[in-house]
Amino acid sequence: MLLLAGIALAFYWVPMAPLEGFRQRIFYIHVPVALTAYACFGWGAWKGLRLLWTRDQRHDLESYTAIHIGTIFGILTLVTGSIWARTSWGVWWSWGERQLVLFLVLFLFYSAYFMLRYSVDPGPRRANMSAVYALFGVVLIPISFLAIRLAEDLIHPVVFDRDVGTNLAGSQLFTFVVCLAGMLVLAAALYLNELTGKRVDARLRELRESLA
Amino acid sequence: MTSAEKYATAAYLVVLAVVLLYLVIYAFKLQRLSRDVEEIAELARTRSGAPETRIPGE
Repeated sequence: MLLLAGIALAFYWVPMAPLEGFRQRIFYIHVPVALTAYACFGWGAWKGLRLLWTRDQRHDLESYTAIHIGTIFGILTLVTGSIWARTSWGVWWSWGERQLVLFLVLFLFYSAYFMLRYSVDPGPRRANMSAVYALFGVVLIPISFLAIRLAEDLIHPVVFDRDVGTNLAGSQLFTFVVCLAGMLVLAAALYLNELTGKRVDARLRELRESLA
Repeated sequence: MTSAEKYATAAYLVVLAVVLLYLVIYAFKLQRLSRDVEEIAELARTRSGAPETRIPGE
């Protein structure tokens, strides 16, 4: 509901941006999707850390599920970003943009997580390796996030600036916050559903083995 | 519809389409889990020799 409200606000309530025009509305879906992907990867890394700290194998499935959902949001970030680039810069992708390339690196890094995970037999060793890998990936998140501010040859727009705060008007900020909240709630719902499904699946497998 | 409007709409539709696709995949997964539960229940019944019982609500 929050997300639908945010989309409705983005299309029908927010005033037209003076420079960007209608295409600025992509911002209300692209940035929340990207931040949600970061949040999912961060949550996956946190669960990885918890696994290494407590040795509780429950965290392995939680970390894996968070990275799974984060990867879906990562794909959406790349696709919506490309659409915005096409309408704004006239190209689908620009290899010269550090922000884009770093996000792609982050996405590919976490995509490789699945290859690593499924190349090792299930058990504590796989859980530990996956957790360490998830923790390494989290280092890329602040780099990817800050790249937009560190880049000098910048064409990617900066909306939230440390010196001037936000470049958004009140209605724009409100719509952005609603969209972000909606996206985070959607990700949390998908995460919990996926986690429950995976737990039931694992439990059924154990039951089948014990009955066989 | 202008070009900018088309691209903006496409961005939102892509997100909705991916979420819907995910839900469809998840629905198939739930169907598979449901079949697995039936199979395990059948296996448990066979092993215990108990008669078949209907699950309430089915």
